[in-house]
Amino acid sequence: MAIRRAFSGRIVDRTAVVGARYMSSWWRSVQPAPKDPILGVTEAFLADPNPDKVNVGVGAYRDDNGKPVVLECVREAERRIAGNLNMEYLPMGGSVNMVEETLKLAYGENSELIKDKRIAAVQALSGTGACRLLADFQKRFCPESQIYIPVPTWSNHHNIWRDAQVPQKTYHYYHPESKGLDFAAMIDDIKNAPNGSFFLLHACAHNPTGVDPTEEQWREISHHIKAKGHFAFFDMAYQGFASGDPERDAKSIRIFLEDGHHIGIAQSYAKNMGLYGQRVGCLSVLCEDEKQAVAVKSQLQQLARPMYSNPPVHGALIVSTILGDPDLKKLWLKEVKVMADRIIGMRTALRGNLEKLGSPLSWQHVTNQIGMFCYSGMTPEQVDRLTNEFHIYMTRNGRISMAGVTTGNVEYLANAIHQVTKSA
Amino acid sequence: MDSVFAAIVQAPEDPILGVTVAYNKDQSPVKLNLGVGAYRTEEGKPLVLNVVRKAEQFLVNDQSRVKEYLPILGLAEFNKLSAKLILGDDSPAIQENRVATAQCLSGTGSLRVGAEFLAKHYHERTIYVPQPSWGNHLKVFTMAGLSVKTYSYYDPETRGLNFQGLLEDLGAAPAGAIVLLHACAHNPTGVDPTVEQWEQIRQLIRSKGLLPFFDSAYQGFASGSLDADAQPVRMFVADGGECFIAQSYAKNMGLYGERVGALSIVCKAADVAGRVESQLKLVIRPMYSNPPIHGASIASTILKNSDMYNEWKIELKAMADRIISMRKQLFDALTAKGTPGDWSHIIKQIGMFTFTGLNSDQVAFMTKEYHIYMTSDGRISMAGLSSSTVPHLADAIHAAVTRAS
Repeated sequence: MAIRRAFSGRIVDRTAVVGARYMSSWWRSVQPAPKDPILGVTEAFLADPNPDKVNVGVGAYRDDNGKPVVLECVREAERRIAGNLNMEYLPMGGSVNMVEETLKLAYGENSELIKDKRIAAVQALSGTGACRLLADFQKRFCPESQIYIPVPTWSNHHNIWRDAQVPQKTYHYYHPESKGLDFAAMIDDIKNAPNGSFFLLHACAHNPTGVDPTEEQWREISHHIKAKGHFAFFDMAYQGFASGDPERDAKSIRIFLEDGHHIGIAQSYAKNMGLYGQRVGCLSVLCEDEKQAVAVKSQLQQLARPMYSNPPVHGALIVSTILGDPDLKKLWLKEVKVMADRIIGMRTALRGNLEKLGSPLSWQHVTNQIGMFCYSGMTPEQVDRLTNEFHIYMTRNGRISMAGVTTGNVEYLANAIHQVTKSA
Repeated sequence: MDSVFAAIVQAPEDPILGVTVAYNKDQSPVKLNLGVGAYRTEEGKPLVLNVVRKAEQFLVNDQSRVKEYLPILGLAEFNKLSAKLILGDDSPAIQENRVATAQCLSGTGSLRVGAEFLAKHYHERTIYVPQPSWGNHLKVFTMAGLSVKTYSYYDPETRGLNFQGLLEDLGAAPAGAIVLLHACAHNPTGVDPTVEQWEQIRQLIRSKGLLPFFDSAYQGFASGSLDADAQPVRMFVADGGECFIAQSYAKNMGLYGERVGALSIVCKAADVAGRVESQLKLVIRPMYSNPPIHGASIASTILKNSDMYNEWKIELKAMADRIISMRKQLFDALTAKGTPGDWSHIIKQIGMFTFTGLNSDQVAFMTKEYHIYMTSDGRISMAGLSSSTVPHLADAIHAAVTRAS
């Protein structure tokens, strides 16, 4: 009796004091997560004190001085909107104005599909957010389907569909020997996939390889996807940024539309308007008719609501201010071309320098590939040497962000690449 | 080609937004929108705080600012300041580096990221939510992979807290279960526990080993004091235990559409917080990669500049005071009219919303005859009232209670 009383007395004292102090953490078994392969590169770059360091890791544009750029059209738009408007919630589907202008870019300025209101579209959190909404939508409404993802692709694509719990498969894309497109194998994979699969396509400027199908190849891809009743989902993160001409960069999408596909598109303004941190994008799904578009849009909103309720207003205002004003839009198109041209110029310079150094390898792919990235063909070990010996930062798949190359560092970069590859 | 989505049906209208849709259609000059969950001035206009305008102008004029991606966890400065705001400047949890904070998309985004983290890393998949709660809580937690149960909260008889029921229900929860707590200004009822009741809740939660998840959407907005409104959260953190906190700047800084918020996870040790932080990145990256920069930059500018911070506190108190004044005016009007019933809950409840206790028939009557728009559960947004419209609302309530059944 005495023992029991003493025991229970101790317990009462303990809980009367605080209770929580004696418990260990709930999170003891949480493992440290691996660093993001892309974003981790910039972190490492920033931590390096070496004055010659070069960051050709993350895909954010830099001018020829290696500085980030805020477009003039963006500065002007911000001047106009600052202090003028309230900050009320946008609707769940985001800014109607911004979405309308964005659809014109992808589907065509005078698209009948837009006039017929057949496109279900919502403002999304840049390209990532658009992809994630589509993935969640696919999970909810086509739960038996799989997503086919190219090899290689932007690494986060795998994370997105995994977290949406959609089973994923891959399809052949990059041909390492030619450093080009593995077209025959890609077509085979399209044919062999179960009918009604979802195919993730990079509309232009494939990330990370920079390898795009030709127009003829796109037509064949469209034909085979149609024959199998697959759903074509375009991730278009670089419209305007690839060739300098947004209309030209949307060609793959226009081909599919002509062929009668009901496609989906993720659009991003991160690169082509330099709005990276503003998180502005759009998800659209082409439907059979207006009624279906209304239904689909309402369901997309139901997925946005438990994720973030409604999207951020500031970036959307910048976009609709620019695209809604003919002069600002013209300025934007000019500035996009400048960025694209600089990148093309750096491709030429990098290839030229490597050839001048007498590299035994072919560097044709540097100018054949398009967009922000060059898939150099270097191995992870070679990349590690570049980092450790030359303080050059890039992702270990050998992807070079051409936007990080300048007239000031291209020779240094070429020399370093030559050093690590000359005995390959 | 057939669409793969041919069979999709239209989703039901959001019940709260539907109120505004109906209000907009009404032509009556005396119509009143009490559904809106956003602050309105005496003139019925949305408000951008002066200090927010100032901060924004400051940012626009700074030519050195760029629009680069934020880190996955957001603006570091913003995160530190947000943690301090809710936990207190001198919080030992912060000093001991035990707090993992991620900038998220307002309250919703913070709740969703926290819930997804829990679904991935926590051994208990059930979250207890008060009955009633904000409608979106159920959707957020379900989408994240948690299963939602409720605990007693609102007592319709007293229009106050069903404290016994709350203690019983939480007492019966399995060890380790997650408990959602509204830090202050409960939405939709406006009913908050007293300090003494909070202490009892804390002891119960800690003794049962439940995991508290605070939703703090109204800090400073409820009583007018940032510190007073943070007290329940700070009580829990002071006992050394762990908790989750979702913060929103939508209402208290008026940053609604900019989607500014933060998720803080208070851990037992610094190395745990470090690992938790790294895992939060893996939840966020496949959702939207990194959060939007504009709103957090505004908030950060205000929080770190002591003049702006003080200005903010003054403007915040003015909003809270106006709401409190509307409560008093409505209560006085009903008392003066001799409207049957006890209306003291109007001044006892706190924050933006009042759960009037009116039933859906009475609400429908008020809409039809008096052009008053509110949700059918009897919730009114005090922010939608002004001194000039209080009499009209009092008339409507009086009529509804004395005529309709």
